[in-house]
Amino acid sequence: MPFIPHTDADVREMLAAIGAPSIDALFDEIPAALRTKSLAAIPDALTEMEVARLMQQRARLDGLPINFLGAGAYEHHIPAAVWSIVSRGEFYTAYTPYQAEASQGTLQLLYEYQTMMASLTGMQVSNASLYDGASALAEASLMAVRAHRRSKSARVLVPAALNPRYRDVARAITEGQNLRFDVLPYESGSGTLRLSALQAYQEQDITAVVIQQPNFFGLLEDVDAITDWAHANGALVIAVVNPLSLAILKPPGEWGEKGVDIVVGDGQPLGVPLSSGGPYFGFMTTRMEHVRQMPGRIIGRTVDLDGKPGYTLTLQAREQHIRRSKATSNICTNQGLLVTAATIHMSLLGAAGLESVAAASQRQTSALVQALTGIPGVKLAFEGPRFHEAVLQLDRKAAPVLDALARRGIIGGYDLSGDYPELGNALLVCATETRTDADIEAYAGALVDVLADASADAAGARK
Amino acid sequence: MSSIPANLKYADSHEWARLETDGSVTVGISDHAQGALGDLVFVEVPEVGRALEKGAAAAVVESVKAASDVYSPISGEVIAANPALGAAPELVNNDPYGEGWLFKLKPGNPDELAGLLDAEAYGKVVEEAGH
Repeated sequence: MPFIPHTDADVREMLAAIGAPSIDALFDEIPAALRTKSLAAIPDALTEMEVARLMQQRARLDGLPINFLGAGAYEHHIPAAVWSIVSRGEFYTAYTPYQAEASQGTLQLLYEYQTMMASLTGMQVSNASLYDGASALAEASLMAVRAHRRSKSARVLVPAALNPRYRDVARAITEGQNLRFDVLPYESGSGTLRLSALQAYQEQDITAVVIQQPNFFGLLEDVDAITDWAHANGALVIAVVNPLSLAILKPPGEWGEKGVDIVVGDGQPLGVPLSSGGPYFGFMTTRMEHVRQMPGRIIGRTVDLDGKPGYTLTLQAREQHIRRSKATSNICTNQGLLVTAATIHMSLLGAAGLESVAAASQRQTSALVQALTGIPGVKLAFEGPRFHEAVLQLDRKAAPVLDALARRGIIGGYDLSGDYPELGNALLVCATETRTDADIEAYAGALVDVLADASADAAGARK
Repeated sequence: MSSIPANLKYADSHEWARLETDGSVTVGISDHAQGALGDLVFVEVPEVGRALEKGAAAAVVESVKAASDVYSPISGEVIAANPALGAAPELVNNDPYGEGWLFKLKPGNPDELAGLLDAEAYGKVVEEAGH
């Protein structure tokens, strides 16, 4: 049954009113070449029972692999209470629940979320979330151009060791707005950004410098020195961070002499399950002086006529429903439900819980690196301090090794050869607190087998 | 009825301009404009040294209900921006033609002033806007 309420008589009456002979005539302007002539490739409808069975079969094909893949989205334990609370109707059903007279609970939750994010990042103000981490970086770049009015260049320096997808998305979103992203190379020995890479930009008009901590290779950058260099050269600083790492690393608000200007990142590690790339949520915090240039919603705490505390949208005069094309952003979709999950997740874990998750992840990654680099043909690319990811180099291409591991029930990591061919046969691996010592042993064992099989294959092929 | 001093020039986008004795031109928004916006909570003034075309978006006045652009009524270089508005945006509401001025220009072409509306003509603009 189609969910269309109009009867044939309704349709005829409406067509007559506008003088159109048929519904098809309304689509005349679409060229014939662009129209689908036949839907023969679409299979016949299945019953709900048949679809449920098909989906279960497809889901079983995924198996239950042990996951060592990170590269921007991370598997963490999420307490059962988190999504149980999020699924309550009061949170679950509303799309844009901002009417102050009807939504005090949701608004208070968003206010608490903002408070937590501002505190975690060491900044003064947070918005109520953005679409995802990558688009949050694009928004931060546009915001920096608006906020830094003395800078005329709209030029943003981004490290090569920034998540490559973040760079792609930031470029795609800002294309046509005259932003320019210059890529800063990482030092080949350390895998991190050195001040020497910035020297070429000394005395130039730079709007902002982006720093990712930890960087895409999992390594810790010298954030204090880079922040101070940027400020000394008149540029703003945008930090891209994994929020979980801030439980054990210095918050961006304290980097260098003055702290950074804008902090963004993906909130997925805070209670959002891995799900084929999303939905996740982006966060953004900044200093009070830039609050009017910050895109997205901000919830404020105030008092009503009787002096009772209450929550409401604030600073919305620059949003798209009022400023239209001149709004601070026109894609400031936020992710209310995922923010609800993150807020509950953070309140359940508390500061000590987050710290213990972060520390366990770092510890398990060290154990993983130790186990895998003990295997002939595997070495660690960069030695420096890291959070919970590491780059390994193999003695052969990573892709077939990853395929062979997947057949053994192990997702072995992220093949870096497409994004960073200069690193050779490099593989980005990650172990969070969810990877046990037995998981790590299983990975090491499987890798030994795979490399031996492949050697045997190669030897066989030579005969 | 809003006040429209006879000694000023006006743009139909509700800015006023005053030629000072030193040749500079002071710019603000009219009493009618501040009344229509309501209580201002923030004013963003142009940075000193910026070259403005006639009609360019030069400043933003933000009230609790809207953020509106202020357009430069003539071309010129910004030589001063009202420093008091950062802490006290309400000056624009309380004294739009005095303490609530927004910025001063060194005119690029002083003849442009003559092309602006006089008080009577601007009064008609306001009257029509009210209908």
